[in-house]
Amino acid sequence: MMNRRNFNKLLGAGLVAAAAPKIVTPALADDVLKVGFVYFGPVGDFGWTYQHDVGRQDIVKKFGDKVKTTYVENVPESADAERVIANLAAKGHKLIFTTSFGYMDPTIKAAKRFPKTYFEHCAGYKLASNVSVYEARFYEGRYVQGVIAGMMSKTGVAGYIASIPIPEVIMGMNAFLLGMRSVNPTAKLKFIMVNTWYDPGKEGDAAKALIDQGCDIVTQHTDSTAPLQVYAQRGIKGFGEATDMLKFAPTAQLTASVNNWGPYYVKRVQDVIDGTWKSANTWGGLASGMLEMAPYHNMPDNVVAAAKATEEGIKSGKIVIFKGPLKDQKGIAKSTEGVVLDDGSISSMDWLVEGVVGDLPK
Amino acid sequence: MDFQYTSFILSVVIASTPLLLAATGELVAERAGVLNLGVEGMMLVGAIAAFAVAVTTGSSTLGILAGVGAGVLTSLIFALLTLSFLSNQVATGLALTIFGTGLSALIGKAYVGMVVARLPQIHIPGLSDIPFFGPVFFGQDVLVYVSFALVAAVYWFLFRTHAGLVLRAVGNSHDAAHAIGFPVIKIRYLAVMFGGGMSGLAGAYMAIAYNTSWSEGMTAGRGWIALALVVFATWRPFWLVVGAYLFGSIMYLSLYIQGFGVHIPSQFISALPYASTVVVLVAISRDRKRIRLNAPASLGKTFHAAG
Repeated sequence: MMNRRNFNKLLGAGLVAAAAPKIVTPALADDVLKVGFVYFGPVGDFGWTYQHDVGRQDIVKKFGDKVKTTYVENVPESADAERVIANLAAKGHKLIFTTSFGYMDPTIKAAKRFPKTYFEHCAGYKLASNVSVYEARFYEGRYVQGVIAGMMSKTGVAGYIASIPIPEVIMGMNAFLLGMRSVNPTAKLKFIMVNTWYDPGKEGDAAKALIDQGCDIVTQHTDSTAPLQVYAQRGIKGFGEATDMLKFAPTAQLTASVNNWGPYYVKRVQDVIDGTWKSANTWGGLASGMLEMAPYHNMPDNVVAAAKATEEGIKSGKIVIFKGPLKDQKGIAKSTEGVVLDDGSISSMDWLVEGVVGDLPK
Repeated sequence: MDFQYTSFILSVVIASTPLLLAATGELVAERAGVLNLGVEGMMLVGAIAAFAVAVTTGSSTLGILAGVGAGVLTSLIFALLTLSFLSNQVATGLALTIFGTGLSALIGKAYVGMVVARLPQIHIPGLSDIPFFGPVFFGQDVLVYVSFALVAAVYWFLFRTHAGLVLRAVGNSHDAAHAIGFPVIKIRYLAVMFGGGMSGLAGAYMAIAYNTSWSEGMTAGRGWIALALVVFATWRPFWLVVGAYLFGSIMYLSLYIQGFGVHIPSQFISALPYASTVVVLVAISRDRKRIRLNAPASLGKTFHAAG
């Protein structure tokens, strides 16, 4: 199984002691609902984990004393994850959010041992009677970014710092170029797979390499703010990832696709309190508010207008991103005129659209 | 395809400089007969110290000094254990890397997500504006020039001064050097501390020039490549420059060629710098004579002052 966010731990096997998960939980009375969170990174990563913690804080704000939340950060996607999840369940947490793809099997295993505990796994696909999965339609944000890139790019070539070749990343690249080509039909997309989710040095180098090859707009599917800092130094524009990273590059960030987990988290807690929690598969996009675009900056008014119109179009369903005709890189038709790809085809996407430069690793 | 030579070369220089700095320090330690495998750990401690100080004070100069100081302090642990308490150098060096990685991660937790201003690139009016040559030769940050100056200084010290001769004598035969009356332990302490300071400087470069933020384990194996480079250069300073720039180029190219859509799996390309380290080391180790001529004969051996 592909390990979702664990590639930067190459030399880190021996470092677990230092990065040991830290359990933060206060003592409390029995009638309070305890909600647990398992995080892959530190809450201060200003990316993926940070946004999940913002969602956790929304629960605290909404329910106050009625709910106690606990989080464990820096949990590796290994056998340790199952221990951490099971430990939270054993300590009486009724609802547990596991917020990284690699926690999928550990979550399922823990769920079997604790059938009365509810589990919510982010970005996976394995369900059980007490396990729900949830994920945001990141690719919708990518399409909006693509439209902006299409209007702003002078070279017609955009860059994409990709993490690992899984469908979640591939659909983002495709949606980005489809958005770009909706404005500029000959636009091209170059990408670099950095094989990590978080390595500022490598992400920054990838940004430099793409800029050196003529990309004048770059986006990323990795978590650090390093690429944005490179854009600012090199005087090009780009997009933030997972959270609004404007303060790290006030002159370079155009917008960012922001994960907004709060409303979903609040709703699921309410479901548990009401006794109406049911196992579900939620894939929310811009329309549901699970994904939001950060305020638009560093672009002319007409581009802002086009971006907002695209956003509205996606929300209302007027714009359907993966709608035929779609061709892959070799020109083979993947969908004919007017045919819309279903969620199953999107979530198992393993091909790149025409105009992407470079092959996916086999 | 407009290939931008200038920025390509600038990126390679930035990727190579930390390798060169760390390797230069380790070369001196090894020339004195001490094998310190803790380079990676010392780099990380240097990186977090430099980053923390640069963030707190807003001064990259103070940050660099803190990085060097932290590297020296970390190396002192190693020196104390191996030189005074006679522990095994290989085991202690490995432990130092694990210790440095963990310590830096612990200190670094408070600094995740923060950003410092990048170490500025020099701008000499007129010279830096010459196309291509300007930015390449007159537009780097100050530590790039420092790295070259230090290689030259180390060469001069090792092969042109009496003190350097003594240091090499200690590395070649600590018993003979001791018999003549040279303070073997003291010289080794100084060599190890120099190595630590250089590793700290390399770490500082990683934290405030290569990157402008801290992340756990951010040196990503560069300390080990620096160690290999010393062997690659067969303990000769100027060859370090060749090695460091060769590996720096490979590290950067491994990302760069992906953008051209080359039909190679990206995982293989990511492994390229490390794989080529192994290949080069094997190739060099085949030339026994070159190794024997240049390798410090007492390298890695514990010195027991007898009588």
